[in-house]
Amino acid sequence: MIEAVPPGLILIVGALVVPFLRGHLRAAFMLALPVLGFWQLLQITPGIYGEAQFLDYTLVLFRVDQLSLVFGYVFFIAVLLSVIYSLHITDTVQQVAGLAYAGAAIGAVFSGDLISLFIFWELTAITSVFLIWASRTERSYKVGIRYLVIQVGSGVLLLTGAVLIIGETGNVTFGQIGLDSLGGKFILASFGIKAAFPFLHNWLQDSYPESTPTGTVFLSAFTTKLAIYALARGYAGTEMLIWVGATMTAFPVFFAVIENNLRRVLAYSLNNQLGFMVVGIGIGTELSLNGTAAHAFAHIIYKALLFMSMGAVLHRVGTTKASELGGLYKSMPWTTGFCIIGAASISGFPLLSGFISKAMILTAAADGGYWITWSVLLFASAGVMEHSGIKIPFFAFFAHDNGHRVREAPFNMLVAMAIASALCIYLGINPATLYAILPFPVDYAPYTFAHVITSLQLLVFAALAFAVLMRYGWYPDEKPSTNLDTDWIYRRLIPGVVSRFLASLAEARNELRRWRSALATYLLGRVFHYHGPRGILARTWAISGAALWVMVLLGGYLLVYYL
Amino acid sequence: MADKKDDGKTYWLERPGSIDKIFWTLCGLCALLFLTDAVYEKHPHYAVEYWFGFYAIFGFIAFFGLVLLGAQLRKILMRKEDYYD
Repeated sequence: MIEAVPPGLILIVGALVVPFLRGHLRAAFMLALPVLGFWQLLQITPGIYGEAQFLDYTLVLFRVDQLSLVFGYVFFIAVLLSVIYSLHITDTVQQVAGLAYAGAAIGAVFSGDLISLFIFWELTAITSVFLIWASRTERSYKVGIRYLVIQVGSGVLLLTGAVLIIGETGNVTFGQIGLDSLGGKFILASFGIKAAFPFLHNWLQDSYPESTPTGTVFLSAFTTKLAIYALARGYAGTEMLIWVGATMTAFPVFFAVIENNLRRVLAYSLNNQLGFMVVGIGIGTELSLNGTAAHAFAHIIYKALLFMSMGAVLHRVGTTKASELGGLYKSMPWTTGFCIIGAASISGFPLLSGFISKAMILTAAADGGYWITWSVLLFASAGVMEHSGIKIPFFAFFAHDNGHRVREAPFNMLVAMAIASALCIYLGINPATLYAILPFPVDYAPYTFAHVITSLQLLVFAALAFAVLMRYGWYPDEKPSTNLDTDWIYRRLIPGVVSRFLASLAEARNELRRWRSALATYLLGRVFHYHGPRGILARTWAISGAALWVMVLLGGYLLVYYL
Repeated sequence: MADKKDDGKTYWLERPGSIDKIFWTLCGLCALLFLTDAVYEKHPHYAVEYWFGFYAIFGFIAFFGLVLLGAQLRKILMRKEDYYD
């Protein structure tokens, strides 16, 4: 019975029920939804469900296979973590938006055809923007509008591509798409926006840090990983993605170094992690695709953990600007501990989840002979250690004590962080659990002596570099600042050009008005000249002169008559 | 700026010399890890990985370089906090 319910629908319908419940009942209901959804996924047999004919096309209500299941499982885990983390809030808008958003993302993952994918794709955009607006500031309102325009734009590209492909092949199935057709290119652009490809990425760093402490945890899990899933489904083995992904791992590293807002640092870090997954998709071997799926799974949990720890700081201190933080380990020791676990996990320390997933992608790159990509990924691994491994915990909780003496995070936040930390450790110690649910059979052993030692060497020497930079005062200070990124193009350049264009248009209109009035003045002047009181045509004439003129005229007439 | 007075506790991290202890422990750990390269058989994909302590050197230089390069990037990209407001 439960098998016939599309995954994700439980959350969407549940979200609509939430406003009618109050207090503990509402909390219990919200907790039950992801548990029920997860349980449903465990019951479901892989296959195609609810085929329906629409016009000449076969629509698929939903499709369950190994690839969608991995993302489905971890999405439900992320929902549960986010719900626990936000139990203290009473903002119905956020609760409904969060659940509906997660439900839409899960619905998209299990979409069997391009049309359903499009519908859920847009639904994630429309629901998630409320998590940004939930900050209820002027700033978050503007950010939300920018976010919505870009996200809906991605959906429009998807629809355009889908229509082109369906028109060409008559097939609506969402499977391997590739770049051969024009429609395929449109859809790649659509996925690329949501996956935060270089130059299409900046909505991510713009919007996520402006959401509420709890909203960002929701946001961090779904939109971008849905795009990763969609890329893995449609563009596995597309070589271009290797280069795109490698670029994505590297450039956010530099932005993260100089960024002051630690939640924005995490957004850059998220971008960098997506790069690893995109590389895995581009390589397209069983190992690399397994690596992408495994990395997405591990990443969603430790990234949520990191955003939760910074959300707790924001909740208690009121800011996540590194220049205003420091010394919080004294008042928030538990949050500090959980943050360090997340930081170590994303960096890829042995015994934690990042170690067992990222290495699969690096190995796949080396196996494939992509040595430049491999070295970029290795560099990016040192970069992850910098911005997420060290910078986040160090500047929030240690560094110079900024004197904040606050309470520890609320209990429900601590519980959510504890569960996420436990999962990071569990997956790190028992990689087989994760490997068992990956799309392809796994023939990869992360815990070899060489892998453990080389990883530790890379990370501990990176830490040493940090220690040296700090000791000798070479590490750049955390300064209150705004760093320009591609959003400058649509926040400054284009508005600047447009307003200059409008200004010159207004100038031209004024000029035209000036000409018109000058012309009118001139014409009136002439009329006045001839017809005015002193004008030649308005003069009074003497009777004798007039009689003479009449005589001349009559004489002339007589002459003409006789001729 | 303090929201609440300290309870008069001196944290280990704030004692003089603690930071030095961490620094030198880290150095010791690094030395140990560097030397570990001698004791296992490598199965690398690339020739550079045969270099003694390749990952250690790479990690140090990459980190050091990216921080210094990032700091230079500030000259181009950094604006006032209220730039867009």
